[in-house]
Amino acid sequence: MSELFSKKNKDTFSIPLGKNNPITVQVLGICSALAVTAKLAPAIVMGLSVMVIVAFANVIISLMRDTIPTRIRIIVQLVVVATLVTIVSEVLKAFAYDVSVQLSVYVGLIITNCILMGRLEAFAMSNGPWESFWDGLGNGLGYAKILIIVAFVRELFGSGTLLGYNILNYECIKSTGYLNNGLMLMPPMALIIIACIVWYQRSRDKELQENS
Amino acid sequence: MKKGDTNSNSYILIYASVIVVVVAFLLAFTNIVLRPRQNRNIELDTKRQILAALNITDVKDVEAVYNRYVKLDMLLQLDGTLVVNSGGFSSNYTTEFSKKRFHIFQCDVNGQTKYVFPLNGVGLWGPIWGYVALNDDRNTVYGAYFSHQSETPGLGAEIASPQFQSEFKRLKVMKDGKVGLSVVKYGKVVDKKYEVDGISGGTITSKGVDAMLKKCLSNYIVFFTNQ
Repeated sequence: MSELFSKKNKDTFSIPLGKNNPITVQVLGICSALAVTAKLAPAIVMGLSVMVIVAFANVIISLMRDTIPTRIRIIVQLVVVATLVTIVSEVLKAFAYDVSVQLSVYVGLIITNCILMGRLEAFAMSNGPWESFWDGLGNGLGYAKILIIVAFVRELFGSGTLLGYNILNYECIKSTGYLNNGLMLMPPMALIIIACIVWYQRSRDKELQENS
Repeated sequence: MKKGDTNSNSYILIYASVIVVVVAFLLAFTNIVLRPRQNRNIELDTKRQILAALNITDVKDVEAVYNRYVKLDMLLQLDGTLVVNSGGFSSNYTTEFSKKRFHIFQCDVNGQTKYVFPLNGVGLWGPIWGYVALNDDRNTVYGAYFSHQSETPGLGAEIASPQFQSEFKRLKVMKDGKVGLSVVKYGKVVDKKYEVDGISGGTITSKGVDAMLKKCLSNYIVFFTNQ
C-alpha cells in the first residue's frame, strides 16, 4: 500500500491544486468558471461533478491506453467522457432529481470542459490508472477550489447572500449606504476575480513568472 | 500485441465499431433501467410545482398533499367546454396543446376553489415554465410559480425566487378583454393592478415571462370571461 500513496502520487494530486492549477495556471475551463459562479451552491456541485468525472475518465482511459489507436485517440477519449457524463446525468435524474434540475445543462457541458480532454491527453494516455486517478482528483479539486473562491466573492458582494442564506441584506448594513454590487453577477466580474487570483498566485510564486 | 498493430486501418475500424456498440449498449441499458424512476421523479416534480403555485411549499409527501388539494385535471377545448383529462400525467402539455386543448387544474384550498394554469415559454438561454393559480373569480392571482432550465444564476434565474413570484399575488389577469397581467422593465410599473417589476439585469428573461403569461393565459380567455 505504501507504494500506492507514494510521494509521486501525492505530488500528482497536490500540484494541480496550486503550482499547476488548471484554471489559474493552465487557463483551462474558464468558460464554465464564468457560467456557474454567480451563486455558491451550483459552483460547489459543479466542482464536485467535474472532480468525479475527471478522475473516472482518467482511470478508464488509462486502462485502455495501450489499445487505443493513436489516430483516433481524441475521438475515443471524447466517447468515453460523453458516455460517463451521460450516465452520471441519467443517474442524477433518477436518484437526485433536485440536484439534476439545479445543474441542468451544466452537467452536459462537462463534456466540453477543456480540463477533461487536457488531462486525458496529457496524463492518462501515458500513465497508470492509479496515478491517473490521483491526477484527475487533483485537477478536479484544483478546478473546484477556484470555482468556490470566485463564487464566494460573487455571491457575497453581488447578492449579499451565501448558499442562499442572508449575510449582508440587513437594514443596519443598508443604512450605512452599502449596496449589493450588480456587476458582481455579470460574467466579466468572474474573469476579473480569476485574474486577481492569478495575479496573487504569480506574485507569490517566482517559478510562475515569465522573464520577458 | 506488438506496437504499431494499433495503427492499422482494420484495427482502427474494428476498435471504433466495438467502442460504439459497447457505448450504445451501456447508454441504452442505463436509459431503460432508470426511465421509470426518472418519469416518476418528473411527475412528482410537476405536482410539486402545481402545489407551489398554490403557495404550498416544502412538501414532504408530494403525492398525498397533491391528492388532498388538487381535485380535477381538466382540459379546456376551443369552444369553451371542459373535459376531464383521463390521460393523467402521461398526456403532457404540448401534446394536448397541439390538439388545441389546454390544461386546467381545479383545486380546493381550505374550502375555496382555485384554478391552476400551466405556462411555458422561452427565456434567454432556454425554456422557462411555470404555473399561475387564480381565485374562483377567475381573475385574481392567488399564487404563481416559475422555473427555468438555464437562465443566468443571480440574474434571469431570479424568476424562480419566492420574492419575484410573490409579487404576482392579488394582481388581476384580464384587462379590457385581453390578458393584462404583465412583467415590465424594473422600476417601470405604471398600473400596480396588473404589472410586476422585472428583474434588474435579467431583462430578456423577464420579457420571456411576460410573453409566456400573455401567450399561455390568452388560451384561457374563454374560461376567464365565461363564468
